[in-house]
Amino acid sequence: MQLAVWTYEGPPHVGAMRVATAMEKLHYVLHAPQGDTYADLLFTMIERRGKRPPVTYTTFEARDLGKDTAQIFQDAAREAVARFKPQAIIVGASCTAELIQDDPAGLSEAMGLPCPVIPLELPSYQRKENWGAAETFYQIVRTLADKSVVREPREGRPARVNILGPTALGFRHRDDLVEIRKILALLGVEVNLVAPLGATPEDITRIGQADFNIVLYPEIADEAARWLEKTFDQPAVRTVPIGVGATRSFIADVAELAGADPTPALGDTSSRMPWWSRSVDSTYLTSKRVFIFGDATHAVAAARIAREELGFEVCGLGCYSREFAREVRAEAARCGIEPLITDDHLAVEDAIAAAAPELVLGTQMERHIAKRLGIPCAVISAPVHVQDFPARHSPQMGFEGANVIFDTWVHPLVMGLEEHLLTMFREDFEFSDEAGASHHAAHSPRKASVQAVSEAPVEDIPAPAMADDDGTLWTVEAERELKKIPFFVRGKARRNTENFAAAEGRRQIDLETLYDAKAHYAR
Amino acid sequence: MSALDILDGCAAELARDTGPAIAPARPVLRERGQREVFCGLTGIIWLHRKMQDAFFLVVGSRTCAHLLQSAAGVMIFAEPRFATAIMEERDLAGMVDAQDELDRVVNRLLERRPDIRTLFLVGSCPSEVIKLDLAKAAQRLGAVHMPRVRILNYSGSGIETTFTQGEDACLSALVPVMPALAADAPKELLIVGSLPDIVEDQFLRLFAEMGIAKVGCLPARNARDLPSVGPGTRYLLAQPFLGETAMALEGRGAQRIEALFPFGVDGTSDWLRAAGEAFGIDRDLTEQVIAPGRARAARALANLRPQLEGKRITFLPDSQLEVPLARFLQDELGMELVEVGTPYLHRAHLARELDRFGPNVRLSEGQHLDRQLDRVRADRPDITVCGLGLANPLEGEGLTTKWAIELVFSPIHGFDQAADLAELFARPLRRRDMLEI
Repeated sequence: MQLAVWTYEGPPHVGAMRVATAMEKLHYVLHAPQGDTYADLLFTMIERRGKRPPVTYTTFEARDLGKDTAQIFQDAAREAVARFKPQAIIVGASCTAELIQDDPAGLSEAMGLPCPVIPLELPSYQRKENWGAAETFYQIVRTLADKSVVREPREGRPARVNILGPTALGFRHRDDLVEIRKILALLGVEVNLVAPLGATPEDITRIGQADFNIVLYPEIADEAARWLEKTFDQPAVRTVPIGVGATRSFIADVAELAGADPTPALGDTSSRMPWWSRSVDSTYLTSKRVFIFGDATHAVAAARIAREELGFEVCGLGCYSREFAREVRAEAARCGIEPLITDDHLAVEDAIAAAAPELVLGTQMERHIAKRLGIPCAVISAPVHVQDFPARHSPQMGFEGANVIFDTWVHPLVMGLEEHLLTMFREDFEFSDEAGASHHAAHSPRKASVQAVSEAPVEDIPAPAMADDDGTLWTVEAERELKKIPFFVRGKARRNTENFAAAEGRRQIDLETLYDAKAHYAR
Repeated sequence: MSALDILDGCAAELARDTGPAIAPARPVLRERGQREVFCGLTGIIWLHRKMQDAFFLVVGSRTCAHLLQSAAGVMIFAEPRFATAIMEERDLAGMVDAQDELDRVVNRLLERRPDIRTLFLVGSCPSEVIKLDLAKAAQRLGAVHMPRVRILNYSGSGIETTFTQGEDACLSALVPVMPALAADAPKELLIVGSLPDIVEDQFLRLFAEMGIAKVGCLPARNARDLPSVGPGTRYLLAQPFLGETAMALEGRGAQRIEALFPFGVDGTSDWLRAAGEAFGIDRDLTEQVIAPGRARAARALANLRPQLEGKRITFLPDSQLEVPLARFLQDELGMELVEVGTPYLHRAHLARELDRFGPNVRLSEGQHLDRQLDRVRADRPDITVCGLGLANPLEGEGLTTKWAIELVFSPIHGFDQAADLAELFARPLRRRDMLEI
């Protein structure tokens, strides 16, 4: 048993729902008790979809157990097929139905339904949401793909590609797709199919007609792409075009497989991020310490952008998906830090508090952690909340995605000149901790007391000359000086000073120690 | 297609009610099929805030944890007093003893949260199916942790409970540990059902003014500070979904005060008057105490009535609040009830409410989602009360909706909330008329 308050991923059948909801004319018959229908609200409320997910829940009750739950499943499947007339159905069990072992696969096979039935085995007590999505997509592709398809010769026609991975409830999948299509158009590459998003089961049958695949979201599409590689001899582009550098590599990879000239796509004049980052105003971003956590793909991409494209220092990097931990470990090694591979959000919270970063890039969980700790934050990965499904076009991929990322990550930070002013004139009564950065009240720490000036934020220990855990002592004078440091770096200053004092074996932290520590940590 | 054509297909399920409380019997459309409702675990979202010293540990699957977090998404910034012990493959395969695992998780939890005084072990669908004995676990762990922590158990599983029935199961688990009220003690009043603190305080002030001295609340804000119960207890249900709790209280000798539920001017007045009568309070005094609240509520409702009068409303089954709320909207705001669906119809507790319904109100119990949605599309009510999974899809079809969950999460009982309650229904209609996009 694992004690959990919040989870990064839902159960695997929610992953299957993300695939089913993304597709058209596919229906999911899910053997499940009432209550499992909560998952509908993920799509209708969080993603604001105007349609019900195409899922029929069998809704068995305690009194049905050991009697006719199998019959309930068959009735539900028959009704769903009659009512929704899908081109294919997927069938499976949620965690509870898995325990009663009704075998939806066998039951539906025996029914002779008028459409293909794709059975899913999603072990709820071992696996999670992303795995469930990947497995579902793989089973759909494997079952429906027409293996007799013969690709036309390449001569005299544009290259054709499948874009694989976008689902319902994905982080910016809708907008990423627009950017990818833009790049492919510039390269003269035709899109054979996008899947799962928007694809019908009939579309899937002709997946073999493409010359190669683009694995946009490996967490979801990698499994299917590997099978396609084997079955149809379709190579795959696995570069995920998040960030300017990665977008350039992606364009080069696609151009190579398509035999196209990459120049038109590489010369996209709307790529502003490189200049925004080089312009002198951005100098203050240099070596800002960022903590990154998310799914592996987005976390790794964020770390590269942070290091190479914004000049940040990555002080923490991790992911919640063990399946793709290897990539995260490799990137963490490049950053010179230990990776954090965990799905325990309390461990992530501890790691963030210990790292005392200046910016957190994470999921909705890290957003709340950062809010509690009074650290600026931007969201880079699922799981996300309703506010991360914006009305406007807001991709992560391609050059426009990089532009969006620049704005999104820099916006929560205190602006360069303001940072200087806050440092120089701490005594100004309007520079109180509660005020936070002038442009972003939501990111300021909570008010610690009614007294406006020079009050420590809640995460600080306010009482001067009190023994802390290590038994070191802050003098009243040093404590007062510490408060003159802006709140967004004060936590780090306190910790650094205490570590320094401990390392030096000093029993008391006075003004001298504070400034000795500052000199020691100067960068 | 008219709604009746669709009803036709369900004629076999159109049962005559045989309950003695309703005469003449009102037809109830009973349906079975897909239910679009939460399970009883969802009650934890408000119960853990109501009982400030209590912690809820769901023994379940990742789905349970995901449900709680999705339903409570908005409250993620505060560390909640609930968690899930997620069962894994090794728990099911018998590689470890699930009871030992539970001990380990509970001990770790109590170590981390020394402020917990009452711990509820909450059963889920998977724990019920594998017959994990949580009563035994509660007893064993209770022996270790009492008196510091009292450990109780109930089931919030979706195979047994629908949404608000989770609160019913939780409160009935509290009844056996309520202190005994001596057989010869003077009568005491007990308000049953969790209310927002502000509403509870309003009611307590009114009862004090009426001269009812001893009033307890179940649940109490502090779960270790439960009111007494015994033959002298007269209880008032504040919520219509507490059938099990009521039975448990009667098992300890308490007697129910029959009344309308305290929604709107009529409901609240009837509820307070019934208590007054049960405690032999002078009728004039009762009227004098409730008069200012009645007047305020009537004034506030008068402003909203023009927006709701004549509007047609359908309730899809959700919280069991449907029947009393529909009565309020019909009687005090002049709305027309098209269909009132409820997951479970407690005939005795709702008898007086149902008496007020007009003859053409379609009453349904249980759910067959797709058939019910067909009826909504045929009826085209002005507003449909439904769960979160259905609201946007119905809006997408041009049908105005009200999320039912807001009715559970908002202060809606009593005189001073009557207009707030009506506003919850008026706002979506007003918004529909306002928007020009």
